[in-house]
Amino acid sequence: MEMFLFTVFAAAACGGAIAVVLSQNVVRMAFYLVISLGSTAGLFFMLSADFVGATQLLIYVGGTVVLLIFGVMLTASGPFLTIKSSPGSMVLAIAVGACFLMMVVGTVLQVDWDGNAARLEGQYGASSLDRPGYNQHGEGHTTRSIGTALLGARFDKDLGKNREQPSTGYLLPFEIVSVHLLVVLIGAAYLARAKRRVHVPSEF
Amino acid sequence: MMPLLAAETISDYLTDEWGWTHVAALASAAMVHVALLGAFFGLPAFAGIWAERKVSGRIQDRLGPTRTGGRFGWLQSLADGIKLLQKEDLWPNAADSMLFRVAPYIVVIASFTAFLFLPFSDNWVAMSLDVGLFLALAILSLEVLGIILAGYSSGSKWSLFGGMREAAQMVSYEVPLGITAVIPVLIAGSMNLNEIGRMQSGWFWNWFIFRDPFTMLAFFVFFTVTLASNKRAPFDLAEAESELVGGFHTEYSGFRWSLFFLAEYASMYFVSALGVILFLGGWWTGIAPIDDFFRTNDSWVVNYLGNVLGFAVLLIKSSKLVFLQIWIRWTLPRLRIDQVMTTCLKYLVPISCFLFLGATAHSVMLPGKSFFFIDSGLGNRAAEAAVIAEPAQSESEVSVAHPKDADSRLALTANSTVSEEEH
Repeated sequence: MEMFLFTVFAAAACGGAIAVVLSQNVVRMAFYLVISLGSTAGLFFMLSADFVGATQLLIYVGGTVVLLIFGVMLTASGPFLTIKSSPGSMVLAIAVGACFLMMVVGTVLQVDWDGNAARLEGQYGASSLDRPGYNQHGEGHTTRSIGTALLGARFDKDLGKNREQPSTGYLLPFEIVSVHLLVVLIGAAYLARAKRRVHVPSEF
Repeated sequence: MMPLLAAETISDYLTDEWGWTHVAALASAAMVHVALLGAFFGLPAFAGIWAERKVSGRIQDRLGPTRTGGRFGWLQSLADGIKLLQKEDLWPNAADSMLFRVAPYIVVIASFTAFLFLPFSDNWVAMSLDVGLFLALAILSLEVLGIILAGYSSGSKWSLFGGMREAAQMVSYEVPLGITAVIPVLIAGSMNLNEIGRMQSGWFWNWFIFRDPFTMLAFFVFFTVTLASNKRAPFDLAEAESELVGGFHTEYSGFRWSLFFLAEYASMYFVSALGVILFLGGWWTGIAPIDDFFRTNDSWVVNYLGNVLGFAVLLIKSSKLVFLQIWIRWTLPRLRIDQVMTTCLKYLVPISCFLFLGATAHSVMLPGKSFFFIDSGLGNRAAEAAVIAEPAQSESEVSVAHPKDADSRLALTANSTVSEEEH
C-alpha cells in the first residue's frame, strides 16, 4: 500500500516537473508545477511530516497561484501565450540540470540505507516502524516537537541528560528572518509608490 | 465494550476480527471514510441549495420552490441535480480544453479534502492532526486555483475578469483570515481542531467568542472574511451576474458547472463549521450539566449518544451560520473590486492585527479570565494540556505524553532521526 502510494506521488511529482519543462504555455506550466509540488507534499505526508507537508501546500501551491497571476498579467499579450527558449539557453539548462541530477543521485547512492535501518532497529527494536506513539504508520505529530524546538526545548536531546546548558532555540534566527522579510516587503512597497509620486504631479 | 470500539481504527478491526489482509483492510477503511465524508460533503450542498432558493424567495416576498417532493419543495436540489446531469457538456473553441476540463475537479477536490480535518463531534474526525487548522486553510486556498484556472482557460473575457477578480480578492482576504484564525489557536495552544473544540467545554461563557472583547470582535472579522473566501455576496465579484454574465463559470454547463456549486455550498458549510469550532464552542451545547452527563458516564452507549448530540449541535450551529450567509447575500448589494480590496487590506488587516495583539495581551494579563471575569478554567485546562515529558529508558527515546488523554495515540515519542548526531 505504501509502495503503491509512493509510486503514485513520486510519478506525479516527476511527471509534473517534466511537464513544466516541456510545456510552452504559461498557465499550463503553473498547473503542472502545482501538480508536482502537491505530490511532493503528499510524499511529506507519507513520511509523517505533516507540518512540512502543510507548509509545502500553503506556501508553494499558494505561491504558484500568485505566480500564475503575475505570469498572466505581466507577460501575456495574446490569449494563450507560448514561451519558446533559445537553443543556447536550452543547452545551458540541460547542462546545469544534469550536473544537479548527478549530485543528487550520487548523494542518494552514498547513503548506507541498510546500515541505517539496522541502526534504527538496534535503537528502537525490530518493530520500530510500529512502535506506539510516534511511528511511521501513526499520525504525524511533528508540530509539537517543532514548536518546542523553536522555543529551545529539545526533548530528543535535553531530557534525561541533566545538562547544565540546555539546547538553544531557533526563535531569534526565525524572528530575524521574518523581520528581514518585512523590511523587504515595506521597501518594495515604498519603491513602487515612490515612482508614482514623482510622475503624477509632473504630468498634471 | 462494543467490539468495533475495541479496535483503534476500522482497518485494525478488519484485520484482527475478520482476518483480512492489511492492504484490503486499509483500502476498505479508506472507502468507508470517504463514503461517510462524501455524505457530509454532499448533504450541506443539498440542503444549502434548497435553503438558498427558499430564503431568497422569502426575502424577495416570493414563496420559492413549493411543489417538488411534496411540501416546501425540499427535493428541489435533487431535481436541479438531475437537470444539470442531463445537459450537454460543452466547451468553447477558444478554450484551453485540458485546463478547462480539469478546473472544476480541482475546486471540488480541494473543498472535499478540507472536510478530512473537520471534527464533527468529539473525536469524530477523519484525520486528527496537530496541523489540522493550518492544513485545512492551506487546502481551502487551493480552491481558488481551480477558479482562476477556470476563468483563464475558458477563453472568454467575462471568465478572465472573474478569475482575475477572484485572484485579487484572494490576495486581500487571506491575510485577515489567517490572522483571525490564529487567535483561537493562540488561546487553545494547539492547531488541532479537536483540541480547540474540546477546550471550550462547559458553560457557554467558555466559548472563545465570549472569552474577551478581542475574540468576540475576531469572530465577526473571521465571518466577514469567510464570506469573501466563499465568493458570497457582498464579495461575489468573481461571479457578479449583473456585470460578468456568470464570471468564471460563464462558459461551463451541465455536470462541470454543478461541481462548482457543489464545492461552493460545501465550503460554505465548511467555513461555518470552522467558525463554530474556533469561536462558538464547537460540538458543546454550552450547558455544562448536559455535556458532563454524557461525557463522564461510564457506559459507551451514553458516550456515543453524547457524540451524536454533539454532532447535531455542530450541525445546527453551522447551519445557522450558513443561513446568515444566505441572508447577507440577499440583503446587501455587491461591493466593487476596489472596495473589496480596501475593506480587506486597509481595514480588516489592521483590525485583525490589533485584535491579535489584544488577545495576546489579554491572555498574558488575565490568564484564565473571561470577558465577564468568571474563572473559566481555561488557564487550568491549558496547564493540564501542557506537555509533560518523562525521562525514558533509552537516552534518546523520550515519550511526551498529553495528560488529558495520556493513554491515547496522542502520546508521542520524540523523533529519532534528529538524535542521530549523538551516536
